[in-house]
Amino acid sequence: MAIVELAPEAPVVAPAVGTWRALRAFLRNPAAVIATLFLLLVTLIAIAAPLIYPEDPLSMVARPFLWPGQNPKFPLGSDSLGRDVAAGLVWGARISLVIGIAAMALGVTIGIVVGATAGYFGGRIDDALVRLIEIFQTTPSFLMLVVLVAIAEPRVESITVAIALVTWPTIARLVRAEFRSLREKDFVTAARGLGYGHARIIFIEILPNALPPIIVTSSVIVASAILMESALSFMGLGDPNRISWGSMIGAGREMLRTAWYLTLIPGIAIVLTVLALNLIGDALNDALNPRLSAER
Amino acid sequence: MTTAAPLLDVAGLTIQFPTGTPVIDFGFAVAEGETVAVVGESGSGKSLTALAIMRLLPRSAKIAAGRIRFAGRDLLALPEPEMRRVRGREIAMIFQEPMTSLNPVLTVGRQIAEVLRLHEGLSAEAARTRSIELLDLVRVADPHRRVDDYPHRLSGGMRQRVMIAMAVACRPHLLIADEPTTALDVTIQAQVLDLLDRLRRDLGMALVLITHDLGIVGQWADRVVVMYAGRRAEEAEAGILLDDPLHPYTRGLLAASPRLDTSLHYTAGPLREIPGSIASAIAQPGCPFVPRCPLALPSCRLKPPPLEEVRPGRFVACPVTTAGERADAVAVGR
Repeated sequence: MAIVELAPEAPVVAPAVGTWRALRAFLRNPAAVIATLFLLLVTLIAIAAPLIYPEDPLSMVARPFLWPGQNPKFPLGSDSLGRDVAAGLVWGARISLVIGIAAMALGVTIGIVVGATAGYFGGRIDDALVRLIEIFQTTPSFLMLVVLVAIAEPRVESITVAIALVTWPTIARLVRAEFRSLREKDFVTAARGLGYGHARIIFIEILPNALPPIIVTSSVIVASAILMESALSFMGLGDPNRISWGSMIGAGREMLRTAWYLTLIPGIAIVLTVLALNLIGDALNDALNPRLSAER
Repeated sequence: MTTAAPLLDVAGLTIQFPTGTPVIDFGFAVAEGETVAVVGESGSGKSLTALAIMRLLPRSAKIAAGRIRFAGRDLLALPEPEMRRVRGREIAMIFQEPMTSLNPVLTVGRQIAEVLRLHEGLSAEAARTRSIELLDLVRVADPHRRVDDYPHRLSGGMRQRVMIAMAVACRPHLLIADEPTTALDVTIQAQVLDLLDRLRRDLGMALVLITHDLGIVGQWADRVVVMYAGRRAEEAEAGILLDDPLHPYTRGLLAASPRLDTSLHYTAGPLREIPGSIASAIAQPGCPFVPRCPLALPSCRLKPPPLEEVRPGRFVACPVTTAGERADAVAVGR
């Protein structure tokens, strides 16, 4: 009997503890390493934008429709108004990353608070919050985004808040599901037995256990936030005083046949950045989920 | 013997679920510094009683009747924030599954420190120092290193020691140990029980030991409460109960335990078992043990037997076996 009872020694809960093990698994994935390096490069460029191109990227500095390579001063050419495409790309990275990360941070925070409250307390609170989540999820999210930005003035702050408002339900549902299963665990009962209050149990005991899927989803949310911002800017609902990859595509759209590079260059930037974020998300998923990586 | 004002006094406790009533009119008392064992098989309501004392019953359960007094306070009437200050600081509880009762993503030091920071308001640094002392107190070897280990690196016995360290961190007056050794190896069982007993004496705690193992009762408990189907079947001092069980259920349990006496050793003959299962107690109008009882009389099926104090501190809920006993008691008294 004693021998049988000793058996569960092995994997009781997936030890999310192995931060180092997860990091090693992540680094063994070549796609993830390349994606991370690329993203670091984009981040560096975004941070250094004022040093690389001190001038306003929206100012007209060259002859219009310079093709890439035509003039070494403007390696990526100029657009219909004579704005430097390279400068736009560099400054656009700034807007894309800032909005992507800020919207993710805000959305994830709202999602965690709502999802944790619903999943932990259950009952009527859960019912009410699930209804709220469903209202958001049944509304076409891009339509809602357009409406929100149109109501508020299109500025970086309002766009960030609007994107956060349409993305939080994803995180909330995920967190709710995690909390619903985690709140039944023995260690949560033990924590209640030690006199811990709800907030302490939610944030110190349960949340760290729910982090892996949240982290994975967050990287994908940054990618989709960048896409949403680009789409908004493409439709002319971006911040008119800032250049972004989406607004560059939007401005180049009319010249698609004659000056297709105006659409292609920022388009490639968006595709690569979003792809990198998705690859990182996949790699994190594999690295943080020991059961999956063990099966490979 | 119980003193005038016990530390913990549970009386008439009835716990109801929508589907049934697993604890009916149950009660027991614990004096300061005393070890009381609550014994019963799985499903008898022992753990529910413990959770009721902690006020940690699942939401679907309701305390339909009864009273739980602790150190002069009515625990059932305390508002939740005050109850939270009682839990962990005045009454602590150890759960049966050390494998899953520790948070897998926090170091054990962090988990012990958290209790101290909450209840004693210690700084992070002081709490860490104290955590190492507590690990040392519960005899975890090399506490300086262990304090930074995650639970999955510890064996079951070690984890139970960590749970005990967390439970006694704030020097509670009462420690409820719900099957603390069920999941452990037999050799570790004795170590953990010895540890609990030493801590009880050193820290002046009372101990409620919930178990289904009568074998550990004799050595570690002062008093034993035998629980069957949510009711108190018998209560006595540990030695008396083991030598002279009165309730047929207690007798059955003892006969079913392997012992070192040659007459009862399993090589001398098969162990006796109690026929049937505890599930047969459901919806019994009379004594819940009737379907399994070798001594049952027709009258046992009519109404639940009253719990009678056959001698001071000795309670039995079986009119069949106590009939002669009471006559004896009177005779002795004269």
